[in-house]
Amino acid sequence: MDVVVCVKQVPDTEQPIRVRPDGGGVEEQGLNWILNYYDEHAVEEALRVREKHGGTVTVVCVGPARATEALRTALAMGADEAVHVQDPALDGADHLGVARVLAETIRQLRYDLVLCGRLATDDNASVVGPALAEYLGLPQATAISRLDISDGVAAVEREVEGGVEVLQVPLPAVFTVERTINEPRYPTLPGIMKAKRKEIRTLGLRDLGLEPGQVGAEAARVRYSRFDPPPRREAGRVVTPDSPEEGARLIAQFLQETAKVL
Amino acid sequence: MGSDVWVIADHAGGSPRRITLELLGKGRELADARGGRLVAVALGHPLDGLPRTLGEYGADAVLSVEHPHLRSYSTEAYTEVLSGIVRQRAPWLVMVPSTAWGRDCAPRLAARVGAGVVTDVEALWVQDGRLQARRPMYTRKVMGTVEYVGDGPHLAVVLPKVFAPAERREGRTADVEVVAVQVPEPRTRLVETRSLQRERVSLTEAEVVVSGGRGLRGPENFALLDALAAELGAAVGSSRPPVDSGWVPHDYEIGQTGKTVSPTVYIAVGISGAPQHLAGMSGSKYIVAINKDPNAPIFQVASLGVVGDLFQIVPKLTEEVRRLKAQG
Ligand SMILES: Cc1cc2nc3c(=O)[nH]c(=O)nc-3n(C[C@H](O)[C@H](O)[C@H](O)COP(=O)(O)OP(=O)(O)OC[C@H]3O[C@@H](n4cnc5c(N)ncnc54)[C@H](O)[C@@H]3O)c2cc1C
Repeated sequence: MDVVVCVKQVPDTEQPIRVRPDGGGVEEQGLNWILNYYDEHAVEEALRVREKHGGTVTVVCVGPARATEALRTALAMGADEAVHVQDPALDGADHLGVARVLAETIRQLRYDLVLCGRLATDDNASVVGPALAEYLGLPQATAISRLDISDGVAAVEREVEGGVEVLQVPLPAVFTVERTINEPRYPTLPGIMKAKRKEIRTLGLRDLGLEPGQVGAEAARVRYSRFDPPPRREAGRVVTPDSPEEGARLIAQFLQETAKVL
Repeated sequence: MGSDVWVIADHAGGSPRRITLELLGKGRELADARGGRLVAVALGHPLDGLPRTLGEYGADAVLSVEHPHLRSYSTEAYTEVLSGIVRQRAPWLVMVPSTAWGRDCAPRLAARVGAGVVTDVEALWVQDGRLQARRPMYTRKVMGTVEYVGDGPHLAVVLPKVFAPAERREGRTADVEVVAVQVPEPRTRLVETRSLQRERVSLTEAEVVVSGGRGLRGPENFALLDALAAELGAAVGSSRPPVDSGWVPHDYEIGQTGKTVSPTVYIAVGISGAPQHLAGMSGSKYIVAINKDPNAPIFQVASLGVVGDLFQIVPKLTEEVRRLKAQG
């Protein structure tokens, strides 16, 4: 079973993120870049598939030079190979553009299964996975919390409103994973050392037979025009009541008179 | 290009779900601004009285698509049907509810028809003739404004509880058009949908959310929140530690790696207010916090913060709410 995992490098949200004064983006200085949280789960799931069924795990990333580190993290977890697509012509690409680039990259690889994270924690878009499935012409399931493969068919579960769907999906297919699917392993020291020595294949648009006009800023159907800090919440009231009864009364009064939900 | 605004209906048992009404409310405004019609699109089998009801909520026209393969959601069948009618009729804007199926389908539909797509939409407006959307990013530390390029169709996946629902007016009617479609057998098979067997208000639709954190100390203490929620008609949610500890299932989780909710009131009980938690609830209209630590960060965003022991306050609050309700 050959598995391809799509990964993204994102800023760690543990740290403050500030909008640039000109509203044109976020302040990049001082950001700590990490492998997207959900992609860690996707890599982990791919490793488990390999452990059970044999085969290879290849991680693919579309992103600037610094994103190589995200691929190294995935290699350190145990992925076999890494492909990094970087091209200045991808500045201003939208998610559909990125999905097309991933699709063309994956077409050049051997795969029975493609995994992505449910979303990337920078922009939270959750667009790339299903768009990639479309461009590859494969069945999909999003936000899966369980994956079992036998005889070329995947049994997957996904949370829906009020329940859990159980689906049978013929492979190859594209799945995006929910965090509950597994507990990712930590890279081991030997794993990290080995990952440092591994070669990461770097490709540009031309290697994929793509033109900037097909996937870059020109092709984008949406573009970010500005970024703002969130609206400030009105400062509230914090009280230390004399008794639990008093605290309860204050809250109930608030619910009735201010929020009007009683 | 067209100027119609479409709303893809989320429905159950022949009735529209609340988010559908919210989309119809906003859709009406945008269709009027654009000079187009508000069109509701209903996929299912059977649809029963749904098309007529959608008219009562203000749709000018309803596209009614019934087919056995549309009985339950499937990526392939929905994408096939929706892409067919979008291509044929060229709407300006397609509004999709941010539900499990909406998030699954919309990006694929966008890729198939070559439309721009924006998810987690919290605001939509037209500026200089161009459609704009606003959405939270970076654990809600940033609000991004996205501009759609070109004349459409544009796709917007809209979060629940951000737009006011359309009002129902009996007797108002829409032109209902029955659309005949051919739907190939999907490759993916839905084996079953296991219901989580919980009779509670849905978290994302609830007017009031009562949410518990690590301060609850164990699964049994969620009963305190259940009792309060029952009096308030509220949904119960949680921060992440109760999920990770197995006290409550993952669908309780609110925050960066859980759900985004924007109720009228969010009651945070024993929750410190970490940025990843705030990411999922700081869009709430009012926030009430109960925490024994006066320095808990949750108090910085709370409309009303009460410093104290949750185990003492919550049962009293449930009693007090019951008493106020009895007074009418
Ligand atoms: C990538 C990533 C994603 C994450 N995603 C999420 C997410 O989606 N949602 C989420 O919630 N977290 C998320 N987290 C975790 C987050 O950082 C916090 O650890 C978590 O929100 C803390 O939950 P808590 O407030 O319940 O627990 P704590 O921070 O431990 O707070 C417990 C609070 O309870 C109070 N308390 C204790 N006993 C009592 C009592 N008897 N009466 C009153 N108050 C009491 C304490 O004073 C304290 O403030 C994420 C973290 C990471 C790294």
